[in-house]
Amino acid sequence: MPDMSPKKVVIPEQEPTVRNKNFKEVSLGYTLEMAQKEADRCLNCKNSPCTKGCPVNVQIPDFIRLIKDGDIEGAYYKISETSSLPAICGRVCPQENQCEKNCVRGIKGEPVGIGRLERFAADYMLNKPVKQEKAESNGKKVAVVGSGPSSLACAGDLAKMGYEVTMFEALNKAGGVLVYGIPEFRLPKKEIVEVEINKLKELGVKIELNVIVGKSINIDELMNEEGFSAVFIGSGAGLPKFMGIPGESLNGVYSANEFLTRINLMNAYKWPECDTPINVGKNVAVVGGGNVAMDAARSAKRLGAENVYIVYRRSQEELPARKEEVHHAKEEEIEFKMLTNPLEITGTEDGWVNGIKCVEMELGEPDASGRRRPVEKAGSEYIIDVDTVIMAIGQSPNPLIKNTTKGLETHPWGGIVVDEKTGKTSIDGVYAGGDAVTGAATVILAMGAGKTAAKSIDEYLKNK
Amino acid sequence: MYKIIKKKVLNPQIKMLEVEAPYVARKVQAGQFIILRVNENGERIPLTVADYNREKGTVTIIFQEIGKTTMLLGSLNEGEYILDFAGPLGCATELDGVKKAAVIGGGLGTAIAYPSAKALFNNGAEVDLIAGFRNKDMIILEDELSEVAHNVYITTDDGSNGRKGFVTDMLKELIDAGNKYDLVIAIGPIPMMKFVSKLTKEYGIKTIVSMNPVMIDGTGMCGGCRVTVGGETKFACVDGPDFDGHLVDFDEAMRRQQMYKEQERKSCENCRLRGAN
Repeated sequence: MPDMSPKKVVIPEQEPTVRNKNFKEVSLGYTLEMAQKEADRCLNCKNSPCTKGCPVNVQIPDFIRLIKDGDIEGAYYKISETSSLPAICGRVCPQENQCEKNCVRGIKGEPVGIGRLERFAADYMLNKPVKQEKAESNGKKVAVVGSGPSSLACAGDLAKMGYEVTMFEALNKAGGVLVYGIPEFRLPKKEIVEVEINKLKELGVKIELNVIVGKSINIDELMNEEGFSAVFIGSGAGLPKFMGIPGESLNGVYSANEFLTRINLMNAYKWPECDTPINVGKNVAVVGGGNVAMDAARSAKRLGAENVYIVYRRSQEELPARKEEVHHAKEEEIEFKMLTNPLEITGTEDGWVNGIKCVEMELGEPDASGRRRPVEKAGSEYIIDVDTVIMAIGQSPNPLIKNTTKGLETHPWGGIVVDEKTGKTSIDGVYAGGDAVTGAATVILAMGAGKTAAKSIDEYLKNK
Repeated sequence: MYKIIKKKVLNPQIKMLEVEAPYVARKVQAGQFIILRVNENGERIPLTVADYNREKGTVTIIFQEIGKTTMLLGSLNEGEYILDFAGPLGCATELDGVKKAAVIGGGLGTAIAYPSAKALFNNGAEVDLIAGFRNKDMIILEDELSEVAHNVYITTDDGSNGRKGFVTDMLKELIDAGNKYDLVIAIGPIPMMKFVSKLTKEYGIKTIVSMNPVMIDGTGMCGGCRVTVGGETKFACVDGPDFDGHLVDFDEAMRRQQMYKEQERKSCENCRLRGAN
């Protein structure tokens, strides 16, 4: 008989008042005993609705059953049949909108903690040798542009099929958004991301850092001069958006990208041991309601800000961030100013931020996204005193590759046009996936797109 | 890792390094920059490329030791390595169709103006080069400049080289003497670029300046290098670093350069204490 407890087994976490002062991981993960107790809550539904909610169709009831039976290694390999990055997805997937949303247990109580169990199985194997079967080299070279989730998945699958894969990364470290974007307290870099990168290296994937495709070399040269038979573009959505309101050029205004890159990639939180500085005032406003906004707010708190506000123009219910991140942020004393929209950032005479002028909003009729459109409440303007403002209102694909690749079709908003089933772009032999195609989305969708493209590239090159 | 194959001290504060960086060397054009990181704990800093050799696969950078990173960079010797060196970044300077140009460098900016002068000169344009320094001991690249310009005018703030004055005085003198420039390129400290632009605006001469704001990635990702140009926000890393000098908000740019002054000062002190210089 399954465990019919309506609640998930509680996962150990660092205490909120302790963790909001350090960058160590918030969640400590299940022990074997906890994991097996949670696994016991799974009803092992025949039609497994959870699996249908997973963008890469992880065989969820099967791996949970293996955990229940104590075969954790088996559970890991079961997940790995369809997923490349289980330790990462177990941590950062928005499970409540995917697998766990469809869980039958969720109808009367909490769904099974699928993400926590995935993480448990993946972490169990982190420091153990992992079998990676690799076909003999077929001598064909494939270039992978970028080293984020879609590129990692694509490169890994291609290397296993016997291709000689070279990954080109513009920054000084591989991992893309996993390294520059998602903070250490949600996704440890050394323990998790580096392990995934090292697995690729073991498969023979070459990683060239500091190469900006579109600048250092372009796609055409990769294919016609450097001997690559196919290219996968996984260059992400790295272009920050600003609101276009007055005061955004004041000192103390950051894009979330810059703020997080300074902290995550450049270790500004270790200044002066590390050389990259960051300015975090006593009072910080973060504009936006997604995961990036939560990451920025919680990082600011950890860097010593006394008051950190999330300023979001819709209501709590529309917050696009993962529920768990919102919950964690609240526990960490982040203040949520909902239905509040910035009008202007105010500054001192010498050009530093001293406030953010906002207007209260109320929800009107639903808009194109189905969410109720926020409208300004007349006369409700007020100023929040802050010395740092972080804009976390979204990113769009970087135009570098689009601008330097003749014949590459893109959408007006910048995303690369692909055939959804294969990842094929408008150029023969060139494939794309992840945020460069969809705009800012999730790690798992990017990973899935990378895997799809790897399969298509293999078919393309076999038939060539 | 990027090997330093040549090092030269140009003046007490300014050093030159020739670095093996084949990707950059193959593609770089006048006006573009690189981003480097000296070591594992280092910050990423942008430096405009001073010269390159496509056959040898090398890139020359010239820098002034003004902060911890540039001091560390200056402490490296021939045969040693720079950890990261990425580029070329930014847009090349648009030099097509220019017949007569005044290229102006202020201090270190002279090293950055040099490749533009060279490109113009090799394109057959007539080039007058004006370079300004604090005093005669600070003058750099005197011989190199004379090879890429028809006339070279070197001014010093204190007159110690015999020509006292600012580059703007020299430029005004040349314009008033009847020289018809269709382009002025001004590269140097922000106040110098501001005043050159102010002067050329009065004369209606197109003026390009090269902005060097704080940036992290150099590929359009962080937005830290925001510059207001003609009322619009531009990213110096991808839209620049060259902009129309008549449209740049120099006062804002100057303010934004102050963003990390306090941290830079502390880092510098720590660096000196540890004797890294």
